[in-house]
Amino acid sequence: MTLPSDSFSTEEALPAEEAFSAKLSIQDLNFYYGKFQALNHINLDIPANCVTAFIGPSGCGKSTLLRTFNRMFELYPEQRAVGRILLDGEDLLASRQDVALIRARIGMVFQKPTPFPMSIFDNIAFGVKLFESLSRIDMEERVEWALKKAALWDEVKDKLPQSGASLSGGQQQRLCIARCIAIRPEILLLDEPCSALDPISTARIEELIAELKADYTVIIVTHNMQQAARVSDYTAYMYLGDLVEFGETGQMFFKPSRRETEDYITGRFG
Amino acid sequence: MAHFVRRKRLNRVALTLAFAAMLFGMFWLAWILWETLRLGFESLSLSFITENMPPPNEPLGAGGLANAIWGSLTMVALATFIGAPVGILSGIYLAEYDPRGWLAVTVRFVNDLLLSAPSIIIGLFVYAVMVVRMRQFSGWAGAVALALIVIPVVIRTTENMLALIPAGLREAAYALGTPKWKVILRITLAAARAGVLTGVLLAVARISGETAPLLFTALNNQFWSTGLSGPTANLPVTILQFAMSPYENWQHLAWGGVFLITLIVLGLNVLARTLSRKFSS
Repeated sequence: MTLPSDSFSTEEALPAEEAFSAKLSIQDLNFYYGKFQALNHINLDIPANCVTAFIGPSGCGKSTLLRTFNRMFELYPEQRAVGRILLDGEDLLASRQDVALIRARIGMVFQKPTPFPMSIFDNIAFGVKLFESLSRIDMEERVEWALKKAALWDEVKDKLPQSGASLSGGQQQRLCIARCIAIRPEILLLDEPCSALDPISTARIEELIAELKADYTVIIVTHNMQQAARVSDYTAYMYLGDLVEFGETGQMFFKPSRRETEDYITGRFG
Repeated sequence: MAHFVRRKRLNRVALTLAFAAMLFGMFWLAWILWETLRLGFESLSLSFITENMPPPNEPLGAGGLANAIWGSLTMVALATFIGAPVGILSGIYLAEYDPRGWLAVTVRFVNDLLLSAPSIIIGLFVYAVMVVRMRQFSGWAGAVALALIVIPVVIRTTENMLALIPAGLREAAYALGTPKWKVILRITLAAARAGVLTGVLLAVARISGETAPLLFTALNNQFWSTGLSGPTANLPVTILQFAMSPYENWQHLAWGGVFLITLIVLGLNVLARTLSRKFSS
C-alpha cells in the first residue's frame, strides 16, 4: 500500500512530477455549492508519507478541496463533487464506497478543537470502538499509544477520567489528533489546525506534524505562509477555485514558477 | 467635555430606569412569595401530607391533602413520562434531520401554536375526545391533557439546545466515520443534555400548577384514588374549589396547597438552574 519512506527523499534535487508515488490522486475534480462552482478542474497528486500544504487567500477553495477527500461535504445536501479522487487507485467518490470506512482511513482535524462531551479516555476510545472491539487491556494500550503519538500522554496520563473539555486549547487539539490517529488512518487532513492556538501550542503541533509524516500522509490547510514553509514538503497554491501551482515547498517559496504564486507568497497580494 | 458629561448623565438616567423596573418586578414577586409563605405555612402539619381531605366545617388542622398530593404526583409523573420522550424525539428530528424541510417547518409552526394555546382549550379538547367517549372523568385524561402541555415545551427547548451545539463538533464526529444515530446519541444529545433536562424540568414545573386542563379531565375527588380510571384528586383543582368555598378549614388547606406548589415549582427551577450550570462549566 504505502511505499517505505526511504523510497522518496526530499533531498533529491528536483523531483520530476512523477518522482513520487501518489497516495491520493485528484483527477479533474469540480465542486459546487448549489450552482456556485468552487473548484475548477483540479488535478493533483499527493505524495505518500509527506506533508502537503494547501495555501491561498480566503475563499480560494483549499478547505473545500480538503473536505472532498473524506466526503465531509455530503453532510450538506446542496454540495456536490464531480470527478475522481483515487486513494491507492480506488475512487473515493464512487457511490459504492462506504463513507464510514473512507473516514476511518482518512482522518480529519478541524480548525477549532472539538473534544467530545466525555472523558479524555473515552474521547480516544470512542472512534476505536466504531471499527474494532478490543478488550479492556488492548483498548488501554491503544489509548496510551495514540496519546503518546500525539505528544499528550505525559500531560494527561493522570487524569484520563476527566472531561476532555477540561484541557487547554492546545491540549484539546492534540487530543483531537490522538483521537484521529487512534483508529489508525493512512491520511491525516488538518484544516487550519493551529489558527485557534497560541504560538507555543502551535509550535508543539508543528513538531508533531513533522513526526507524524513518518507514518501518515499529512495534508494541511493553512493561512500562515511561514507555517506552510516550516512544516510541509510540498505546497499547492490555490486561487479562486483553481490550482495555480504545485511543487516542492522549497522551490515554491524561493523560486515559484508562476507570477501569481510569487505575489501571494511575498505578500504583494492576499 | 460637554459631550462626555451628557453621556454620563444619560447613562445614569438609563441605569436608574432599569433599576426601578427591576424593583417593580421584584416587589410583586416578593409579596406573592411572602403571602403564600405566611398564609400557607401555618396550615402545614404532619396531617397535611398524611390525611385525606376533611369534610367542611371540621376544626382547623383536621385532615390534609394527601390524596390531592398523590393524585397530582402520579398525573404529573405520567404526563412527563408520555410527553418528554415524544418532545425530545421530535426536537431531535427538527434539529438533526432535515431542519429546513417542509415537514419540519410545518411541525415548528404547529408546535408554536400549541405552545401558546390557552391551557383551557387543551382541557376541553381532551374532554371531548376522551372524557365524553369514556363517559367518565379520569386521571388518565388528566395526565394526557398535561402531557399535551409538556410536549411543545420540550420540543422547543430540545431543538434550541441541539441547535446551539457547534457544527464543528458534529462534523468532527462524522469525520471519524460515526453513524448518524450515534453522533446524535453520544455527541450532540450528550453535549446538550443539561439544556434538554432543564427543558423537561421547566415543563414539569409548569404542569404542576396547571388547573384549567384538569378541570374537565381529572376533575377532583374527595377521597384517595387507587387508580387513575376515575375522577382523581389533584392540588390545583382542590385549591380552586377550597379557596372558593365558604368553609374556613377548606380555605386554610387551600393556602397550604398553594404553599406546597410554590415550593415544588421553586425547587424545580433551582434544580434546573443548578443542573445547567453544572454541565455547562
